[in-house]
Amino acid sequence: MSRVLAWIDRRFPLSRLIRESMTEYYAPKNFNFWYFFGSLALLVFAMQVITGIFLLAHYQPSASKAFDSIQTIMYDVKWGWLIRYLHTTGASFFFIVIYLHMLRGYLYGSYRKPRELLWIVGFVIYVCLMAEAYFGYVLPFGNMSYWGGEVITSIVGAIPYAGSWLASLARGGFGIGTATLNRFMAFHAVLVPALLGLLVVAHVLALHETGSNNPDGIEIREHLGPDGKPLDGIPFHPYYTVKDIMGVGVFLIALSLVVFYAPTVHGLFIETYNYIPANPLQTPPDVTPAWYLAPYYAMLRAIPDKKLGILVLFLAIAAPFFLPWLDRNPRAKSIRYRPVYLAMVVVLVACLLVLGWIGMQPASPALLPPARIGLALYFLFFASLPFVSRIEPTRPVPDRLRM
Amino acid sequence: MRRLLLVAALALAGFPPPAAAEAAPRLEAPHYDFDRATIRKGAELFAQRCFACHSVAHIRYQRLETDLGMPLGTLEDDIMLPSDARIHQGMVSAMRPQDAAKWFGVAPPDLTLEARYRGIDWIYTYLKSFYRDPKRPTGFNNHVFKNVAMPDVLEPLQGILAADGRVIKKGSVSPQQFDRDAADITAWLQYTSDPSKLEREALGPWVIGFLAVFTLLAYALKRVVWRRVHRGASQAGS
Ligand code: HEC
Ligand code: HEM
Repeated sequence: MSRVLAWIDRRFPLSRLIRESMTEYYAPKNFNFWYFFGSLALLVFAMQVITGIFLLAHYQPSASKAFDSIQTIMYDVKWGWLIRYLHTTGASFFFIVIYLHMLRGYLYGSYRKPRELLWIVGFVIYVCLMAEAYFGYVLPFGNMSYWGGEVITSIVGAIPYAGSWLASLARGGFGIGTATLNRFMAFHAVLVPALLGLLVVAHVLALHETGSNNPDGIEIREHLGPDGKPLDGIPFHPYYTVKDIMGVGVFLIALSLVVFYAPTVHGLFIETYNYIPANPLQTPPDVTPAWYLAPYYAMLRAIPDKKLGILVLFLAIAAPFFLPWLDRNPRAKSIRYRPVYLAMVVVLVACLLVLGWIGMQPASPALLPPARIGLALYFLFFASLPFVSRIEPTRPVPDRLRM
Repeated sequence: MRRLLLVAALALAGFPPPAAAEAAPRLEAPHYDFDRATIRKGAELFAQRCFACHSVAHIRYQRLETDLGMPLGTLEDDIMLPSDARIHQGMVSAMRPQDAAKWFGVAPPDLTLEARYRGIDWIYTYLKSFYRDPKRPTGFNNHVFKNVAMPDVLEPLQGILAADGRVIKKGSVSPQQFDRDAADITAWLQYTSDPSKLEREALGPWVIGFLAVFTLLAYALKRVVWRRVHRGASQAGS
């Protein structure tokens, strides 16, 4: 065994990789609940790729066959329902996991120096993930797929100058049809997952360069022991491998509860209106996006002018990109020492939840005022952070981690 | 161009609520146990009363035997139609869609996914909401589906009701029995919309039980491995 390893090590840095990224990668010892979601994101990503490959074996990307090929998977393929429900549930769980993972970044200031690039790579992953979900949503070619496809490509069409060219490029012609499905499948099954895979590698490389942040927002590498190892660090393996495996268990239980007992979650994870085939002549009673994009949709609808609405939408998506430079508290990163910042994050999350709910309701004038207040508060968070963070009251930050 | 305008409007404002000017009737939830016996009864009622017009094409006849435990004889005698149907084929109605469209104005839709799309309560209420309306070509209208093209095929069972619910003619079964029949048909359509439900819910406890044991073991392992870290923390006095 050791001779085989030695043989490999002379030709490939296997032992070194394991040492540097597992057994001698020192992580802060005070990781809490919020630190499960990075490894869970890896797990869901792998699960989506694997179930996706099985779906591709039966899916037919053409306007006349797509819907029926999905039903064939559900009705005639052995274990087809399991594969499809894992994939649809996995999509929603991916966003749950990623949103909690990102929220952790907000809570503990993980986006701040020296982790700006780690954060930005994560942000690009998030944008890719939204694209991935959108392309996937159109593929089954139910009526919601069709009209969702129309709405988003029409948003692309509103981009100045290149818009209509871009929209017909995305659709592969004037309308949504077989050509659209063909290219969306290429994006959904090849291009975006490949990008995501590369980005995830870059994300983890950046993480290992800077080391993890932690709930105290203190750099453990600033307090090294005589052996040169962080005093408050513990090797990733075995400590966090066993902890993450426990997280995987809990996560799979939650996933199974949905897959086996409530796979559509009352139209939340698989939309009811997508159970009739695409029909260009029959507009659904209301086109609302999947829950994970609903806050943005509420923002779009809150603005009466279409072009302006789309601009606001882009700004809202882009805002977190700039966080590393908006937050300027010189003394602390984590909410543990920043009560005002904590309050701001709580308001931000509340706004997004309310906007998400509004985004899933049929359009109604009664919901405009709350949507606009939510939108205003959302931007206020980012706009006020540079000022608030400089003058906010900050509790004394200890030198060493608290367990 | 018109469609583009429409799309632009919809991207901005979402769709206006459908023209539901008149108050939609309250949907009633059916009561039934989603088990094989109920679904089988629903399947037989469906074959007698609905299959002449409606397909459930994604369901192969075979499933009624393998999933629902229906004896092959019953399946062949009571369900399969027309007589040259094969057991591995989907349940496609003998009525040709183009004829149907001629007769009713609309072809009766395939009902495989109806319960997904409309919901269980809707189907149940719909089946119970036919009423006499001389203005309609079929002589009947429906409270949840205005000016429906489908005739009141359950009339022999339910009897004839007026728009206000008054009984015009009594049916061959009691109102309670009629509710049960309508519920059985609904259970059948719930089954066709997602046959995996029977399999899923039988499998669920095993999968989740296994995962629970796995998680407990992982937790125990974590406790053992982490003991050192916690001891270290208390020694350092922090
Ligand atoms: C004589 C032919 C015929 C028979 C028999 C029949 N239907 Fe229908 N059904 C129709 C037609 C035609 C429509 C389309 C109505 C419309 O669109 O106006 C329809 C529509 C429906 C719908 C609504 C579909 C939608 O648009 O969502 C349901 C549900 C339904 N039928 C259930 C049944 C059930 C259950 C039975 C058996 C008890 C049955 N039908 C028997 C002809 C029939
Ligand atoms: C496919 C998607 C993603 C995967 C697989 C992934 C994976 C990981 C992993 C394994 C970690 C270390 C474990 C942990 O801290 O939880 C991590 C840390 C981190 N990720 Fe991600 N991530 C993804 C998406 C994102 C996104 C969308 C963002 C933010 C926009 C992000 C920002 C961060 C940050 C800031 C850290 C360091 C956190 C800290 O040390 O406190 N990641 N990621």
